[in-house]
Amino acid sequence: MRSVVSICVVVGALIFVWYLAAVSLNSTWALDKAKRAGAEIGTIELILDTWSQEKPKLPAPHQVASELWKTTVEKKITSKRSLIFHSWITLSSTLVGFLIGTSLGILLAIGIVHNNAMNMSVMPWAIASQTIPILAIAPMIIVVLNSIGVQGLLPKAIISSYLCFFPVVVGMVKGLRSPDKIDTDLLQTYNATNAQKFWKLRLPTSMPFLFASLKVGISASLVGAIVGELPTGAVRGLGARLLAGSYYGQTIQIWSALIMAAIVAAALVGILALLQKLMLKRMGMT
Amino acid sequence: MNLVVGALIFWVSAWILNAKLADSALAETRAIKLLVPVIFGLTIIGIWELLVRGLNVPMVILPPPSLVIETASQNLEILWKDLVQTFIKGAFRGYVLGCLSAILVGILLERFEFLRLGLMPVASFMAALPIVGTAPILVMWFGFGWQSKAAVVVVMVFFPMLINTVAGLRESSQIQNDLMRTYAANNWQAFFKLRFPAAMPFIFNGLKISTTLALIGAIVAEFFGSPTVGMGFRISTSVGRLALDMVWAEIVVAAVVGSLFYGIIVIIEKGVTFWHPSQRG
Repeated sequence: MRSVVSICVVVGALIFVWYLAAVSLNSTWALDKAKRAGAEIGTIELILDTWSQEKPKLPAPHQVASELWKTTVEKKITSKRSLIFHSWITLSSTLVGFLIGTSLGILLAIGIVHNNAMNMSVMPWAIASQTIPILAIAPMIIVVLNSIGVQGLLPKAIISSYLCFFPVVVGMVKGLRSPDKIDTDLLQTYNATNAQKFWKLRLPTSMPFLFASLKVGISASLVGAIVGELPTGAVRGLGARLLAGSYYGQTIQIWSALIMAAIVAAALVGILALLQKLMLKRMGMT
Repeated sequence: MNLVVGALIFWVSAWILNAKLADSALAETRAIKLLVPVIFGLTIIGIWELLVRGLNVPMVILPPPSLVIETASQNLEILWKDLVQTFIKGAFRGYVLGCLSAILVGILLERFEFLRLGLMPVASFMAALPIVGTAPILVMWFGFGWQSKAAVVVVMVFFPMLINTVAGLRESSQIQNDLMRTYAANNWQAFFKLRFPAAMPFIFNGLKISTTLALIGAIVAEFFGSPTVGMGFRISTSVGRLALDMVWAEIVVAAVVGSLFYGIIVIIEKGVTFWHPSQRG
């Protein structure tokens, strides 16, 4: 209860600071405009003006909220100006990439756990790859795939999949190795085969690790899909909205796309957290 | 065709060698542990070179590694200037600023329970968001120079760093705090001699995560506007004129710098948290 109160206070304070910042960042433009018109404006009018400009440096929260409302609820989903349409474009490639990336990651992790040579040769590279700004390859993949005729969803999905691939590999290897010695020894005494060990012991014990890396992976996938939309010249998707907004100085559009991306990310991570809770409870692990 | 067959033979023999090494009695020695991944890496580069040449893959799809190295060595000066612009001016300054401010805020939060309860859920929510998306806004505010890149990096590293700092500062156990009380330590002494050192493994965890985020932030921010120098700028313009050898050269530089940066933090961590079980191996 107390934490709910303090979260509300903090969020309220942040929104208050946001309004103040909007006043201080946008006032130059408002003052200039008044000067050109040769009019004097009072403090109240100045403040109201900074909260209702068309292309403010920092749009006020209610401007972003009304833009979000206009572009989600009041527009048809099929319209090119609907934010839901753009979110779906980004979300679909995120999900496809996430599926590809995690399945490959899990397969590689299984290989690493069962094959010593693979473990010794691939694992150091999988760990090292996390120190590399791998996102920098994104524009190249888009353009290269474009030049051999692959367009649309797939190139973005590929970027998403390699971004979530490595966290899943590292997490799953840790997870598949997490059974205690005593448990593996027990299965040894049952004369269990490697496959039986995998299905009955390693896979179930790895679930908490799997979900932890899935959560990291899905946010990485979303970032990948958004960045993947930048180099194609901004046609559709949340990344395209960001880029188009920054070309034309449509700050309200940028902010609403950003908030939408935040909502999508929060929803995806939330769904995974819920799944994790249900599944671990069902397995008796919590 | 010969080159393709060569690539296959090369791959199979390198794999057999690795399998032999991994199963040999010496597999636990340090040299072998280092050698096996190196052989694997060289195999990949070798196969890449042979296949690209053997199958006549056009340069605009995938340049062979030898060409990348050649381009890099011819353009050392450009690469260096890009590195200074993106890494030293943008990413590093933003990294230092972001990490320091996050640690300070973390210390503040630890003192004020109410703030911590309110801010931490917000911070962990923010840490999961695609923060890179703020890049166009910050580029608009701070201009095309390195300042906007540093700002993006500050925003990107702040939340993971804050979460780690706060978690670390709560790491000292009740019994340790009680011991400090029996020594009649005042709050600052308890902080500097117990809670802050105890937080170090967490803080370094945050610092390590942030190294990669810093480079990504600086490079991606340049896609939204930059002066005519910088790694992100070079990547996007070279992609535009299909000079993929240059793109790969920049990526190699980014990979090397990213790993070095991470490595330096790991070395500092070893010195600072020598007492932690994970470092005593």
